[in-house]
Amino acid sequence: RHQNITGVVDGSQLLVMFRNQYDNDVTVWSPQGRLHQVEYAMEAVKQGSATVGVKSSSHAVLVALKRASSELAAHQKKIMPIDKHIAVSISGLTADARVLSRFMRTECLNEQFAHNQALSLNKLMERVGAKMQIATQRYDKRPYGVGLLLAGFDEDGPHIYQTCPSANYYDCQAMAIGARSQSARTYLERHLDEFRSSTREELIRHALRALRDTLPNDVELTNKNCSIAIVGKGEDLSIYDDDDVNPYLEGLDQEERRGGAGGARDAQPPAAPTAAAEEDDAASAPPPPPTDEQPQGDSMETD
Amino acid sequence: MALEMMMSGPDYMRDPRKHQFSPYANNGGTSVAIAGDDFVMIASDTRLSRGFNIFSREQDKVFPLTPKTMMASSGCWADVLTLNKVLQARLTMYSHEHHDMMSTTAVAQLLSTMLYWRRFFPYYVSNILAGIDEEGKGVVYHYDPVGHMEKLTFSATGESVSQIQPLLDNQIGGLNMLGVKPPTMTKDLARQLIHDAFVSAAERDINTGDGIIIHTITKDGKTEETVKLRRD
Repeated sequence: RHQNITGVVDGSQLLVMFRNQYDNDVTVWSPQGRLHQVEYAMEAVKQGSATVGVKSSSHAVLVALKRASSELAAHQKKIMPIDKHIAVSISGLTADARVLSRFMRTECLNEQFAHNQALSLNKLMERVGAKMQIATQRYDKRPYGVGLLLAGFDEDGPHIYQTCPSANYYDCQAMAIGARSQSARTYLERHLDEFRSSTREELIRHALRALRDTLPNDVELTNKNCSIAIVGKGEDLSIYDDDDVNPYLEGLDQEERRGGAGGARDAQPPAAPTAAAEEDDAASAPPPPPTDEQPQGDSMETD
Repeated sequence: MALEMMMSGPDYMRDPRKHQFSPYANNGGTSVAIAGDDFVMIASDTRLSRGFNIFSREQDKVFPLTPKTMMASSGCWADVLTLNKVLQARLTMYSHEHHDMMSTTAVAQLLSTMLYWRRFFPYYVSNILAGIDEEGKGVVYHYDPVGHMEKLTFSATGESVSQIQPLLDNQIGGLNMLGVKPPTMTKDLARQLIHDAFVSAAERDINTGDGIIIHTITKDGKTEETVKLRRD
């Protein structure tokens, strides 16, 4: 039986939802025309750690922040290969993500077996959307509590897709989901015009910078907490973890954060913004503890 | 054998009084594989035929499976293609689950199991698997159509197996001779043996000819070489 939720606070926007008599079943509409269970499922996505996807005219990139549930545990893998031309990054209930990944993999395998071709992204998304929608319209199921970012390359070029527990899916130029992802989306919006003509390395760098903006000031991207996936023209999917990530992280921590309108490798940022940034940091010291600690007691493992 | 020929052989050998559907066709093909200490060579002829008709003179019958493993298949071409497709799908599924590609020994066992699964409606395919094992040594596996598997250092299969296998037994295995030690296998020796074996088989066996493609696998990668054979 679900808990008595009197209010749920989401970091970046103060959103307070109250328990009401229309939120027990996904098959029940509220008088405002909402399905509360689906909306609650979307909250699970916001609990997962951040992940960013971005595409150029030739490549699609995913970067993800891996979370370790304790000092003893390994960082949970966030990016899963689906086929030679598709990868997916997850935010939310990892177990639900695995079910969807297995589905996507078998769809890709079947396309290869039966039609001798790679499954195009738009066809895959239709099928995933249809599968997820079923769980929003049956009394004996619950919505999938995971958001996905897909990166793929097919006959129509590179693609980034986002899915929600609502079963909606969106074709994106760039996107970020997960905890504190609004900062990443702000970076992406600011640099949107630069992505199309970015080189492979520049594109990965943009994604990493966007991801870094979701971190508290005292935390950096390391080869332990960061994953990169890239696929593109003439290039099958590669996923980088641990040491393979090093070349892409090089010099990133020297770059200025949340500033630099050019966003490029500003070696000498202009004096005024630096001063303002320093002031800002001083004012917000000490930085709040990282909010990606798991709450105590029973809770679903969201990564 | 005679009955089979009566039902599904060339029309001058078929009994005109009966109609019988055979799900199998014999599209010919011969394969050879030879393993060395740090390499393996696998070759197939390139003729695809049915009876006295030639479908293709340039059909490569060796399929890559992983960077370290290849498979040569002959027999019923429809079954060859399907077996290969299913195997490719299984390889992908394994790598998704294990986060690693299949080793040669794992592929060998999988193929055996897959073939036996169809024990009562077999894949009409003669297989040879060749690859580099976990220790870096070349290895050859020979199969029958229902999955009997033997790990060997050299093997032939297909239409001309009766002509080629005894030659390999003698030249590589040192068999049926007195006082002769088998030679150490090198790439040059393997290539020469494969070449000569196929040329000899093409002379005597009507089903073998047109050409051969010789694939070599080492830990550094794969190479291939095409050799012409008589086209009659």
